[in-house]
Amino acid sequence: MNPWLEGLICLLLLVGSLFTLIGSIGLLRLPDFFMRLHGPTKATTLGVGSTVIGSMLYFTTQHEGLSLHEFLIPLFLFITAPVSAQMLCKSAMQQRLGFIERTRGKPWKP
Amino acid sequence: MKRLFPYPLLSLALTLLWLLLANSLSLGNLLMGGLLGWAIPRVCRGLWFTDVRPRHPLLLAKLLLRVTGDMLWANVQVAALVLGPVRRLNPVFVEVPVDIRQEMGLTLLMSIITLTPGTVSAELSEDGRRVLVHTLDEDDPDALIESIKTRYEKPLMEIFPCSPS
Repeated sequence: MNPWLEGLICLLLLVGSLFTLIGSIGLLRLPDFFMRLHGPTKATTLGVGSTVIGSMLYFTTQHEGLSLHEFLIPLFLFITAPVSAQMLCKSAMQQRLGFIERTRGKPWKP
Repeated sequence: MKRLFPYPLLSLALTLLWLLLANSLSLGNLLMGGLLGWAIPRVCRGLWFTDVRPRHPLLLAKLLLRVTGDMLWANVQVAALVLGPVRRLNPVFVEVPVDIRQEMGLTLLMSIITLTPGTVSAELSEDGRRVLVHTLDEDDPDALIESIKTRYEKPLMEIFPCSPS
């Protein structure tokens, strides 16, 4: 296997895992529920994206034939992630979960 | 043709989805994909609420590119915010008035808000005219409203114009 290609795939996988890790760190560090919601909905999209591109490159070059079915993973993720984030947010407001005092503006009353 | 495929775009998308899922372009899979693309819209016909026909394919492509770029940038930004001093973040609940009426466009707008820089769309008001957005770190809520409206809502309104009904 071409060393440049190998390096590129490694890089993509590393960037992917890094961003997934950062998303989880966000889940741990951010102070309230509404802020924690931002970690998994965003920092992970790049994580999944570059892991998927790495996988596409690897399987396309290692085995004969184009491998594109990985593309479905981000597609479904982008369709479902906003919906689940909104559902979580709605139920948090329903439960009147607290948020840090610095937050400006108010959630709507259920 | 029109009777065979009442929703040609949906049929095409379903066929493509099947081919991707099967990860092959063999004749058998092409036939199977074609069959699914023909059958599923027929079966679901009664469930369909509105007929969605996006206009301006070029504008749609431009919007998709812009959203992809923003999403990549959003990832880097959120990563920096998460790793930086968390105590200094200024979260805000912002109410964004929306003018877009078309259901598909509204759904896309809310999804885009969630996927882009530091914002999550939390709730849509019952009359569908306001969206509650939670932002991770924003000093100027008005600028945020402005950027959502010009960057995403305006092109979406052109792509999905209100149906005359």
